[in-house]
Amino acid sequence: MMKVYIRSAACISPQKTFNSTSFLDKLVTYEDNKLTCIEPDYSEVIDPRVIRRMSRVIKMSVVSAVACLKQARVANPDAIVTGTAYGCLEDTGTFLASMVEQDEDPITPTAFVQSTHNTIGAQIALLIKCKGYNNTFVSGGASFENALSDSMMLLAEKNNANILVGGMDEITDMSHAVLTRLGLYKRQPVSNINLFEAKSKGTINGEGSAFFLLANSATEGDLACIDAVSTFYKPVDITETTEQVTSFLAAEGVDKNDIDLLITGNNGDEKNDAVYSALQHSVFDSIPTVNYKNLCGEYPTSTAFALWIGAKMIKTNSIPAILNEGTAIATPIKKVLIYNHYQNSYHSLILLSAC
Amino acid sequence: MNAIVFVAGAGVISGIGNNVTECLNSLRNGDAGIGKIKNLKTNHRGLLPASEVKLNNSELAALSGLLLSAPRNAMLSMVAAREALEDSGISSIRGLRTGFVSATTVGGMDKSEDFVIDFIADRSKGRLRDIINHECGNVTALVAEKIGIKNHISTISTACSSSANAIMYGARLIKHNILDAVIAGGTDAITRFTLNGFNTLMILDEQYCKPFDENRKGLNIGEGAGYVVLVSPRVATLLKRDSYCSVSGYCNANDVYHQTATSPEGDGPFAAMSGALSMAGLQPQDVGYINLHGTGTLNNDSSEGMAIKRLFDPYYPKMSSTKSFTGHTLGASAGIEAVFSALAAQQGFVYPNLRLQTPMAAFPFIPETEFLIDTRIKHVLSNSFGFGGNCSSLIFSKL
Repeated sequence: MMKVYIRSAACISPQKTFNSTSFLDKLVTYEDNKLTCIEPDYSEVIDPRVIRRMSRVIKMSVVSAVACLKQARVANPDAIVTGTAYGCLEDTGTFLASMVEQDEDPITPTAFVQSTHNTIGAQIALLIKCKGYNNTFVSGGASFENALSDSMMLLAEKNNANILVGGMDEITDMSHAVLTRLGLYKRQPVSNINLFEAKSKGTINGEGSAFFLLANSATEGDLACIDAVSTFYKPVDITETTEQVTSFLAAEGVDKNDIDLLITGNNGDEKNDAVYSALQHSVFDSIPTVNYKNLCGEYPTSTAFALWIGAKMIKTNSIPAILNEGTAIATPIKKVLIYNHYQNSYHSLILLSAC
Repeated sequence: MNAIVFVAGAGVISGIGNNVTECLNSLRNGDAGIGKIKNLKTNHRGLLPASEVKLNNSELAALSGLLLSAPRNAMLSMVAAREALEDSGISSIRGLRTGFVSATTVGGMDKSEDFVIDFIADRSKGRLRDIINHECGNVTALVAEKIGIKNHISTISTACSSSANAIMYGARLIKHNILDAVIAGGTDAITRFTLNGFNTLMILDEQYCKPFDENRKGLNIGEGAGYVVLVSPRVATLLKRDSYCSVSGYCNANDVYHQTATSPEGDGPFAAMSGALSMAGLQPQDVGYINLHGTGTLNNDSSEGMAIKRLFDPYYPKMSSTKSFTGHTLGASAGIEAVFSALAAQQGFVYPNLRLQTPMAAFPFIPETEFLIDTRIKHVLSNSFGFGGNCSSLIFSKL
């Protein structure tokens, strides 16, 4: 894969990540196993008449996308690519409920129209009048990674191009109730401060939207470079997982000693986290590591949040204290690897480096 | 980068047949799959026609080898993907990096609909096994696991252009040498969600749809799945049989007009078609047949027709909408039509546009109404346009 440059990044999350002058200087805490986004004033970007009809994930995504473009001083990118496992859940739930309650005589098509998974990419395109390539991946825990791969291929295919890529998922009352019943979350309320100390079954729910403007040429002020992204599916055992990681690093010509920082997707669920722990005793041995899901919760496109953090850490050459649990980390931070798996089905690796 | 990608296999299930041979026979004989709704439990039975796959869930479970608890969508996907895989013969080659890129707009929605009935009344109710496959990606994963694909599994959802984008993405994964072979296409089962959604938009014809007819009233919903097996040139040479055709051009563009309507001048469709031609290094007159998006709605056919007029006038290729047979299969449509288009590029087939009585007055062209074989056809253009302005065109070329 050809490396690409992250020109800008914008993120709406359960932390103060949007329009913030500081970089995660204080942890916003949540006590009820559900981390919902700190939402900005949308009316600065979207027509207030339009906002009323938009669900949260659409608003958060459109606003973070526009902010990302603004930072990069790009009015109109060559392509818009999004990744979302759940799509527009709130609208889906609304239309489903009205269909059941009205016995298949739903009064308004609005929720149906906005429930399609490509609504976010489409709304951004409409707002900024982007007539280029527009694609949406809905591949569960690999949705954002697929969107990244697509963007990186596009950049390799076209000179002087830039692409807006984002990952987003939302929590709705319905989805939280269902996923709780499916046993994804801890049975007792756990504060996100203590997520990794709980040592029990289950994680905490999360959501967010993060957008990046990627380019195939360097510009002053770029945050970082993405060297490669790779996914693999349901490894049979930890040996296969280790082999997949090893071959990814070998293909990129990276020795583990070259990696200054590893960002892992530990989510507080004992069984889930055992995978990271096993790798930290083998292929990731002695690489300084930080976790991020105590900040944003667990959701299928959380790696978009991880990429935002990784890029910022490289750019600022610093690690926010709330991320660092006392690990000694050498600076400068030049190479960062993000390794995540979602319920041990989709695993992903994203390699970042200083430009 | 690989310069070219070949179509080595095809699989399809739709209202007009459970495999490629059956579908082709129906296309040849002018037998539409549209009729009264029989499988879907809906109040619209008897009121709205649809093109259902003529198998109930138990029969589909048996045919697909999936559990009856799986979404109908996964069963359709399984049947067509397996047919495409077996047809291609790629399983005989060891060590291939094979991917499965599948598109869908509904995922496991049929089961979610059952789930929410009890769930809405009481949040502790509703069978969980009915909601676990709600996500689109789960349907792809169920099928990928069943057919034994692990190297790459991805799902695309861009409304009615979804599977065109899946085929495009699959082709690019091969061109970039990330994979050697990809089963690419899409699947969508009819669900109450989509039927009611389109009904509230008032774009469903209560009679059989009449694409590109002056008096068209709307679309009929269809269901099914269609996949092509894309391979690199190296893999193509290792296979026992010649490929069907090549994928020589494609383009994804956005219409930037309206969430659910295409621009009157057909800007997005024009950009998609001309982009695909330009990539293939072709002129409009090189195209022998257009498999139209042709949904039968007032908006689509006029917008698509306008774009065709702008691009092709005065030399029009043969064209038709096979949705007059299959109904609009939404996320599956470009996959199903890719199979029909690949066969058209290989064998010169031109499929009839059924029920065309009064050609649209605004255009000088008339879609074909008879099944033809025209061996001069070298290049076939397949159009797919969807909600959100998503417009994609693919070009299949004779070898």
